[in-house]
This record gives sequence, structure tokens and C-alpha cells, in this order.
Amino acid sequence: MARGLRQLIPAALSAALLAALVLGTLGAVTIRAGGFGALRGPDLSALWFTVWQAALSAALSCALAVPVARALYRRRFMGRGLLISLLGAPFILPTIAAVMGLIAVFGRRGFVNEALGAVGLPEVTIYGAHGVIAAHVFFNLPLATRMLLHGWQAIPSERFRLAQSLGFGPAQMLRHLEGPMLRRVLPGAALAIFLVCLTSFAIALTLGGGPRATTVELAIYQAFRFDFDMSRAASLALVQVGLCLGALVVSLLVTLPSSSEAGLDRPPVAGLGAGLVLRAQDTLAIAAASAFLLIPIATILMRGIPTLGALPGSVWSAVGTSLWIAGGSTLLTLALALPLALAAPRHRWAEAAAMLPLTASALVMGTGLFLIARPFVNPTSLALPVTLIANAALSLPFAVRILIPEARQLQADYDRLAASLGLTGVARLRLLTLPRLARPLGFAAGLSAAFSMGDLGVITLFSDGETQTLPLALFQLMGSYRLDQAAGAATLLMVLTFALFWACDRIGHHADPR
Amino acid sequence: MRKPLMLAGLVIAATPVVAEDKPQLTVYAPDYFTSEWGPGPKIEEGFEAICNCDLKFVAGDVLPRLLLEGERTEADAVIGLNTDVTARARATGMFAPHGQDTSALSLPIAWEDDTFLPFNWGETAFIYDKTKLENPPASFEDLLNASDDLKIAIQDPRSSISGLALLLWVKGVYGDQAPEAWAKLAPKVLTVTPGWSESYGLFTDGEVDMVLSYTTSPAYHIIAEEDDTKVAAIFPEGHYFMTELVAQLKTTDTPELTQSFMDYILSDGFQSMIATANWSYPAVIKEGFLPEGFAALPRPAKTIFYTEDEAEALRQPALDEWLAAFAN
Repeated sequence: MARGLRQLIPAALSAALLAALVLGTLGAVTIRAGGFGALRGPDLSALWFTVWQAALSAALSCALAVPVARALYRRRFMGRGLLISLLGAPFILPTIAAVMGLIAVFGRRGFVNEALGAVGLPEVTIYGAHGVIAAHVFFNLPLATRMLLHGWQAIPSERFRLAQSLGFGPAQMLRHLEGPMLRRVLPGAALAIFLVCLTSFAIALTLGGGPRATTVELAIYQAFRFDFDMSRAASLALVQVGLCLGALVVSLLVTLPSSSEAGLDRPPVAGLGAGLVLRAQDTLAIAAASAFLLIPIATILMRGIPTLGALPGSVWSAVGTSLWIAGGSTLLTLALALPLALAAPRHRWAEAAAMLPLTASALVMGTGLFLIARPFVNPTSLALPVTLIANAALSLPFAVRILIPEARQLQADYDRLAASLGLTGVARLRLLTLPRLARPLGFAAGLSAAFSMGDLGVITLFSDGETQTLPLALFQLMGSYRLDQAAGAATLLMVLTFALFWACDRIGHHADPR
Repeated sequence: MRKPLMLAGLVIAATPVVAEDKPQLTVYAPDYFTSEWGPGPKIEEGFEAICNCDLKFVAGDVLPRLLLEGERTEADAVIGLNTDVTARARATGMFAPHGQDTSALSLPIAWEDDTFLPFNWGETAFIYDKTKLENPPASFEDLLNASDDLKIAIQDPRSSISGLALLLWVKGVYGDQAPEAWAKLAPKVLTVTPGWSESYGLFTDGEVDMVLSYTTSPAYHIIAEEDDTKVAAIFPEGHYFMTELVAQLKTTDTPELTQSFMDYILSDGFQSMIATANWSYPAVIKEGFLPEGFAALPRPAKTIFYTEDEAEALRQPALDEWLAAFAN
């Protein structure tokens, strides 16, 4: 028993740090504001818009991800690995770059409308609530697809073999094999996407077409900056935390517990989904997803690459700073995420703690940290450590979310064997945990690195005015009319972000003994 | 666990410790200010040449940071405040008089504030491409009555200073009729962006026909890009005045140095470089302060401006009208 408790210490420390970051900062802001302020009418409509668009975005992303992930699992073709990596790209795109890409394709002057106009069809508009949802699907379909693909890969191929020899059709496969996996993975995926969309700010505003698309995050921003009403900002932040925790409870209730189904790590069965109809269905799913996700990215690349040479030197030094921060944040994320993910299957609090940062408003977190640090040190001297910690905290929910299903599987499959061999501590970590989790760890590391690259100085209050990251340089270029160079910087950011993500993901694959 | 902590430790250790004898002047400024494309580096260079001091800009959210820090702030002066926050800033009682002669200012409006000192100015305007928009609206009224096919991008008044200026502009032109004006304008608004740069990007990409920006925006294209196709639509109803301000803090530990910084603001050295460093008019315009392309920009006949108290009183009702116009 004592050893069991001791094993939980790292997870408990992680959880405490996150709680302090999210709830402690909110507390600091509330104390400074002298309590919570009353919400106003527009705040409530912002709340309503936030919830329904997030729910719809999450549902659509997950629903569309099922056929895409299944197709990617069943089919083998040239460049499949690369395509899977590329399809992950939108999720890690910096918001500004993604919005630029979507507008280039679906905007008034985009390809789609040019094509529609050429054949005399009416224009479609991306501006409005549907545009916000389309953009959220663009961002989050990749996450859902990857999480489901991992789910499919985690079903032992022996089971598919057995199903094939029993003559299962697609409906029976779905019911007996894929259905239970979906019920284990989908609620978590939907939750993560719901939470991402809940705290969305720039996308909702830019593509929303007007103030009807106001999210809670924007209302918080408004309370802080426009009304200087910290107490209302604190109330809104609390509402946001409450909403997220509510969503978390719902997802835990509908998630199916894992069953033991250890396999022998054989490669996936060939011949799954044979037949013309299924083949056509899979081809269509892959082609449609690729077009939707990759064309906007290709557009940004084509526009930005010619200007890369003209980028000022300071942009390149900003690249160095950004890479540096990304590396540090990634290590920190993994160090905090792994204990939580390993504790989560038995202790639900670990999972809840890991989701906490998603509920946080970046503005409230930054302000709270500032208020806490200020009496002791000059906040500008903390610029880099605070950036590292904030980045790590904000990417941690995804890392843990990715690790949990496989950590659960790992424990269901190997706990008894490990216990009977007396495999514990570092030896267990080295021989069992790390190798078995290499694949999701690589993916999680890639995501954290990508998020840290794309971070737009979450903590502006700590800025020292000298340290310049690539996203900040991009923003400053845009703010001083240099939009061509900004397009170049956006391309550079996108390429570097993707390269980091891809490298981590590949390392994970290679380290996987399977 | 240990590696990231070590890394964090290295960061702290690697931060250079400046131990010079020169006194340091700390000035809070907005984010855009300190980039190499902003006015910060030139101001720093110009002032350090005469002050025998180290001028340090701290970039970020100027007023929120100051409000959080209160009397214990390390700022000696702040630069880049807008008129929309001066009421709030003044109420803190943290600022000292600037001590400059405001009659030297070349603004289109009278400026008698003894605390907040303008260092540049401009007016809001809708910018269009004259090769693409054949019949640009000749007045605000024309814009309201234009076909709904004319698409414009504006900024959100809740997150952007130029977006707020548009609210006050409409209020200034249409007064009690502002809700009707917004009802006519709303269908032409393709989208509302959080900040100025996203809107302007939509315009340069050809996604919108007109964008809410400044009368001085064409100067950038003319001077830096040799492109004279971007034009500000000048409306006879008038344009809303915008300025950026400097102020010194009572709590400065180097009052003489801070005062000399305030004196530097209206000096020729500072004012002569503002036009191209900030793409706006300098607060003091003398011979040669405006490059050719700048001097030739068309000027509105009328400038609209609300004093800080008027603007403060109008802000919330104007915002509610704006929200209502977009609600359906």
C-alpha cells in the first residue's frame, strides 16, 4: 500500500502544479478584484454561442474522423505514413496562418468561389457561425483522426483475424470490435475538441462575421481591456472552468472502461474492408479529408515560400528563441504528463487535473501569475520560465489525452505479468512503460513542441520587450503593414512547426518495438 | 523531471545582467513599438545619444500592467496610450504633468491636456484600391447607401482601438441616428476582426473592397512599396481623430531624466522621424518632417473628436447600439 502511494507522488505533484496554475491564478485575480462581478446580458449570449458552436464542432469533427481514420487503418498505399503525418498539420497550425489559408480557399476571392462563379453558381460565404464551425473542424478533425487511428491500431490484429475467419461483415465488425473501441476513444476526443473550441478567440472573431460570434474568451478580454472590470472577468473565467468540468464529467460517464485484450503485436491483417463499395468509401474519405485539410496549407506555402529570402535577420533569431522554448516546453510537458497518464486509469482525479489547463483563460492565467509573482520578483526576469511553464501546461491536456487510452491498455494487458515478475520502478519504466508508450509519447511530444512554437506570447505581462519569438515577429510584421513578409514568416513558422512535430512523431514510431 | 528545471535555471543564468553606471529610464510601450519595424529602436537611439542614460522599453499591455502594479511600478514614463484610456489612467492619480508647451502642436484639434502629451496623430478612414473599386463612396452617406455587394472589414471595438474609434466616428457623424446608420452598414461588413492587422490583411488579399484603417495608410504603400493604388476615401462629414500619447509617472526615481525624456518628445529629432517610423503624422509638423508621398496625402476638411469625458460617456451606449445592429 505504501509503495502504491509513493508511486502516486509524481502524479500528485503534477496535479498540484496544474491546479495552482489554473485555480490559483483565478483565485489571485478574484482576490485582487475583490470578488466576483455580475454578468451582463451580452455575456450570456456569448456563453450560449460558445457552448453550441463548441458542441457542434466537436460532434462534426468526431463524426467525420471515423470514416477517415478507418480508411487510413484499412488501406495500405504509397506515402501513407507521410499522408498521416501531413493530415495532422492543421491542428498545429498557428491560428493566423490557418485563417489565411482557409480564406484563400473558401473566401470571396478563393478557389471555391472562383470555380462556382465560373459555372454560374452563387457565391458561398465562409463568414458566419458556419465558418467558425468549419474552421474548428479544419483544426480538430486531424486530432480526432489521429486519436481514432491510434485506437484502431490498439485493437489486437488477432481479433480482426478471428472476425475474418468467422465471416464477420462490416456491420458485425463495427458492433463487436470497432464499436467498443470508439466508445473508449471518442468521448475523450470529443471532450478535448469541445474544450479547444470553448476557449477559441481569434478564429471565432475573424470568421464569425460579427459580434454574434462572441465567445466567452472574448468576453473575458473585453471585461479586462475594454471595461477594466476584473471582477466580471473573474466570474466569466469561473463560468468557463465550470463548463469545462461539466463536460469532463459527462465524457467520463459515457466512456467505456477498458477490457483486457492483449495481443501478440502482429501486423494489421491484410484484406480488411475488401470489396468495391468499401474500397470506394475509403478512397472517398481519404481524398475528401486530404483536399479539405491540405489545400489551404498548400496555398499558404505557395504564397509564403517566394518571400522567405526577403525575411529580415531578426526573424531568424526569433526562430532560434522559438525552437529553444519549444524544446524546453516539450520536455516539461512529457515530465508532467506521463505520471498523470499512468495514474489516470485508476484515479480519475489525475485525468481531471490534466484537463484543467484547457479550462483556463490565458489572459486570467497570465494576470494571476503576474499578481502572484510581483511581490517577490520583477516579473520580466521570469519571462522565459513562465513562458515554458505556461506552454507546457497548455499542451499537457492533449499529451495526457493521447497517452491515457494506451496507458490504460498497457495496465490492463501487462499489470499482472509485471507484478508476477516483480517489475517495478525505473526498470518497469524503462523495459515496459516507455517502449509500449513510445508511439503516443512521440505524438504527444510532437504536439507539445508544435503548440509551443505557435504560442503567441501567452504571457504578455511578463514580456521584457527584447525576447522575440517567431509568432510575435509575425504579428509585428503584420502590424506594420509588412504583410508579404508576414506571409513568409507564417510559412516559416508552419514549416518549422510541422518539422518538429514530424520529427517527434517519427522518433516515437521508431522507438516502438512493435 | 530534472532536465526542464535545469534548462529553466540556465535561462535565468543566461539573462545578461547589465551593470552599467548609466541611469536607466524605463518606459512602458505597446507590443508593436519595440520591434525593428516600430518606432521604439529609433527613439531609443535618438534619446540615448543625448541623455547619457540607458532607455529601456518594456513592451506589453501598458495600462493593464500599470493598474496591476499601482504605485510600486518601475515605469518612469509610458508611451503609446490612446485617448480611449486616458480617463481611466488619469483617475489613478499616478501621472505627473508633462510640462510642455502644447501650443507648439500641429494637430487638427485643440489640445490642452497638461498630463498626456500627443506624439503622433492620424484619422480613421476607409482605404480602397483605386484600380479595383471603380466608384468609391464619396461620403459616409454614400457608403451607407452603397450596394450590399460592397464588402468592408472593420475591427471589433471591444478588442481594438481603431474599432472603438469607428463607433465614435459614426456617433460623431450620425448622433442619435447612429443605430440606423449601423443597420445600413452592417450588411456590408464582411467580417469583424480582433485587431487592425487581420482586417488589413483581408484588404491586401483582395478579400474586401474597403478596410477601416487610417488616412495615413496610403503613405506606407507609396513610400515603402512605390504603390499608389491604395487610397483613403475622404468623407465631407469628417474623420475621427486618433493620437498616441506619452506621460510621466509621479513615482519615477529619476525625475530629471524622465522630464528630459518628455522634453525630447516634441523635439525635432523625435518628431522628424515619426512619419516613416510610425506611418502617422508627427505631433509637430515642420518643414521637411513629412516625406513627399506623405505631404501629398489628401486631408479631410473636418476632424471629429470627443473629449475624454464625452467619449467615456458615449462608449457603452455606442457599443450597445453596435451590438444591436449585428444581432439579427
